[in-house]
Amino acid sequence: MGKAKIATTSLAGCFGCHMSLLDIDERILELIELVDFDKSPIDDIKTFSGRCLVGLVEGGCCNEENVEVLKSFREHCEILISFGDCAIMGGIPAMRNTIPLQECLDEAYINGPTVYNPSGEVPNDPEIPLLLNRVYPAHEVVRIDYHLPGCPPPADTIWEALVALLSNKPLDLPYELIKYD
Amino acid sequence: MSETFTFVIDDKEIEGCFGQTILEAAEEAGVYIPRLCHLKGLTPFGSCRVCTCMVNGRAMAACTQPAAPGMIVENASERVTEIRKSLVEMLFVEGNHFCMFCERSGDCELQGLAYRFGIAAPRYPYLFPERDLDASHDDIFIDRNRCVLCGRCVRASREKDGKHVFGFVGRGPAKRVQVNAEAALAETKVAVTDEAVAACPVGAILKKRTAYRVPVGERRYDHEPIGSDIEKRRTAAAE
Ligand code: SF4
Ligand code: FES
Repeated sequence: MGKAKIATTSLAGCFGCHMSLLDIDERILELIELVDFDKSPIDDIKTFSGRCLVGLVEGGCCNEENVEVLKSFREHCEILISFGDCAIMGGIPAMRNTIPLQECLDEAYINGPTVYNPSGEVPNDPEIPLLLNRVYPAHEVVRIDYHLPGCPPPADTIWEALVALLSNKPLDLPYELIKYD
Repeated sequence: MSETFTFVIDDKEIEGCFGQTILEAAEEAGVYIPRLCHLKGLTPFGSCRVCTCMVNGRAMAACTQPAAPGMIVENASERVTEIRKSLVEMLFVEGNHFCMFCERSGDCELQGLAYRFGIAAPRYPYLFPERDLDASHDDIFIDRNRCVLCGRCVRASREKDGKHVFGFVGRGPAKRVQVNAEAALAETKVAVTDEAVAACPVGAILKKRTAYRVPVGERRYDHEPIGSDIEKRRTAAAE
């Protein structure tokens, strides 16, 4: 039997949660004894090679591409984990949720005090994923099995969770590993 | 001297005296009943329902319900915790609680309750309501995104500061905390030393230029759950 596979992605996040994953330091050597990384920015594999045991999702959904990627993670992963506050509640990107989308775009490309945009156009190339009306937490788009809060979640939280899930134990985080900041 | 009697919380006999609420008698005995809108020294308000207990089989707010002889109170059971958990989750989704940059994070009673209950994510959809921020005052600001409508500022201003700076306006989802002035906080009689400012359990009323003074790892709820201070009294008494 081959090693379990793990996939990770950063949707509407800042890669901070991935940095925290790397922050498990030398335990990453233990981790690669336990798993192979599949689709993930860690190894730059762009497409799923098959089914994965665990999928780690950083960030919520702010555009149509995020939704597509998230859905394919749900399809390919046995256990899907939201890691980080952006995946769980939208996070900093969700600060736009109380402002109409048009107003956000106008501020970013036309009215903002530091904007230089002589054409006065808002980028609208078909290559650019369309923004959603607001930013959605991952579990409001697909079913999510576990949530690891934090901005970012502490490396120990991620480590404890992965070790528990990979060794088929229940995920029971101690008090100090559930933090929202 | 007031007369005492006994009643039961989770199979433990508790001493109470007439005039005490369930929450007060429990606290004196070192039993923590989670609470949010209740603050010692202010008139009980009974609005957040986080202190819900089963009293003789019925759900009641422990902060307003007087203790009585022979009462059977269920506090730490799974079904009671489940009620409290969902209340706290609702408070999270109906405001805009961005803990990651909130000055109050680590010292916030709402967050502290969520940590104590082990809430990893709320099970209800986020509402992202439109709320405003009043930074007009030199030393204090109100960020209504974080307000949980506990009324602690309202009561503290009235009962402690004798000022009536804060009050509620609107109903249901439109309810919000308002200041006693035509326009903004700067025009009220509020002072940075007011009890009303210190009474806010979350990051909704904050003092300016005081943020992030306590390093991560040393904040109130970093290592010990909210309520530990009360529970320690019990263990200390037992030893
Ligand atoms: S501003 Fe603070 S103290 Fe006042 S009602 Fe809101 S949460 Fe409570
Ligand atoms: S603490 Fe009792 S209702 Fe809020």
